[in-house]
Amino acid sequence: MLDKSKKLDVGKLETIAKEIRRDILLMLEQAGSGHTGGSLSIVEILIVLYYCKMKHNPKNPKWQKRDKFILSKGHGCPALYAVLANLGYFPQEDLLTLRKLGSGLQGHPRYGLPGIETSSGSLGQGLSIACGMALAARMDNMKNKIYCLMGDGELDEGQIWEAAMTAAHYNLSNLCGIIDYNKYQIDGKVCDVMNIKSIPDVWRSFGWNVEEVDGHNIKALFEVFNKVDNEKKKPSLIIAHTIKGKGVSFIEKDNRWHGVAPRKNELERALKELDLE
Amino acid sequence: MAMEPTRDGFGEGIIEVGKLYKNVVVLSADLSSSTRANWFKEKYPERFFCFGVAEQDMICAAAGFALSGKIPFACTFGVFASGRAWDQVRISVSSMDLNINVIGTHGGVSVGEDGLTHQALEEISLMRCLPNIAVIVPVDVIEAKKATIAAVKYPHPTYIRLGRNPVPIITKEKDKFKIGKANLLKKGKDVTIIACGSMVCESLRACEFLKSKGIYAEVINLHTIEPIDKKTILNSVKKTNAVVTVEEHTIKGGMGGAVAELLGENYPILMKRIGMKNFGESGSPVELLKKYGLTYANIADAALDLVKRK
Repeated sequence: MLDKSKKLDVGKLETIAKEIRRDILLMLEQAGSGHTGGSLSIVEILIVLYYCKMKHNPKNPKWQKRDKFILSKGHGCPALYAVLANLGYFPQEDLLTLRKLGSGLQGHPRYGLPGIETSSGSLGQGLSIACGMALAARMDNMKNKIYCLMGDGELDEGQIWEAAMTAAHYNLSNLCGIIDYNKYQIDGKVCDVMNIKSIPDVWRSFGWNVEEVDGHNIKALFEVFNKVDNEKKKPSLIIAHTIKGKGVSFIEKDNRWHGVAPRKNELERALKELDLE
Repeated sequence: MAMEPTRDGFGEGIIEVGKLYKNVVVLSADLSSSTRANWFKEKYPERFFCFGVAEQDMICAAAGFALSGKIPFACTFGVFASGRAWDQVRISVSSMDLNINVIGTHGGVSVGEDGLTHQALEEISLMRCLPNIAVIVPVDVIEAKKATIAAVKYPHPTYIRLGRNPVPIITKEKDKFKIGKANLLKKGKDVTIIACGSMVCESLRACEFLKSKGIYAEVINLHTIEPIDKKTILNSVKKTNAVVTVEEHTIKGGMGGAVAELLGENYPILMKRIGMKNFGESGSPVELLKKYGLTYANIADAALDLVKRK
């Protein structure tokens, strides 16, 4: 079982981040389709949660007292699958079945795969599910935490704001939302497609405790996840400033990579950049 | 004949299951007194959760509860439960096949004066096309209570369609109710009348009227549209070779549609679907049912016509 008492080994986690990025690229190349940019942007968030923050047990995915993670921006699932496989929720070789007929690794997360807490990918639904889980956990006097990772483009969905009200109304301090603020959505820059003037202000005005962090800085992420644990009255939102396509120079900030997988030659270039032994 | 609304049956049933099962929770998108969710709230406030006028949030929160070992009942008007939150039901309820129970009250044109925005006419179609969900339309207050209790033990999602206005109580406490098992109410040989909800009582009246004309109608209460009771329906129509379906719902894809699919593939016979063909409007329930052809006389006419054409 992994728990937060583990000491933070930033160097080791940075290496794992590279391995996860490698796996994401390998899976996507093999699948021939999928969401490259928004998978690469969430790697450090997932690593900090799964390797140092959340209490969970890959050998017993349904362990009652586990913290729960919901990937509301389900299209980023290659990153989650790579992390879950790395931790032993399912065999590493399953990663290459991504998006293939009969695979548990569906194009968007599907309930039933070990480690996947809920189906997701129809944007806007994850935070409401997280609210239900947080309310149920409170009923049962559980001490666990529910994490929900949303996309910045996903904030266009009205249901997000319904759930934002619910979490604040019920003072769900056992709920932590995270926004992968990579500033792009499929049609272009978030500020051009549907400009939310100030994401932190909006969430604060809804009654949330809001923090901002560099979403690729492992130490800063670890600290902010610990910091929001001190909030006992409100739900917390961590706005993680990220770079879409992070880690591969020709993918970074090039929004053509939103929903495109690397081809073989691109994969080779990308793997060279990751510089893994 | 004593009359009570089917929504009251849910109210009675949910109190009972609340007592029996500590993991039952009730979610409400406002409208708590209209749906009778507040009956549960009064008894078990710690297990009652309001979501405001936010049906999509409520349905997904219900999934969150179910994924945490609770048995949620999510309550609102049928139009909103089925239409407004359909994608949420599709992904978070149907595709995950969890024990989530969606309560849609105010089904049918007999909602009355509120008019078309609040008269649910498409929920059977919208829900039965989704995998895993049992679609149940109780006939009276007693059956609605039984359906609520049965839903707790049914290991899949349910959608329970309820009505606003008092309807005659035609079943007894001791009558059997099983999700997926239709009830044969009258035996006959000339025509089968299959109905659900408030239209079952009208069908029984039609049956009496037809008897005076020498026509013997078999009447089936098809309280569960999905999974459909193939056996009971086929056994009946093989005897009668004519079928009238009656529902306070659109005839497109609803209960009549479900029966038509079944018979089209297994035993094509003369058929007439009675139900809504357009939106409703404001008016008294009695006026509306008459205007839109949902009375025993319409049913009897359809049955006579089929018998003539046989």
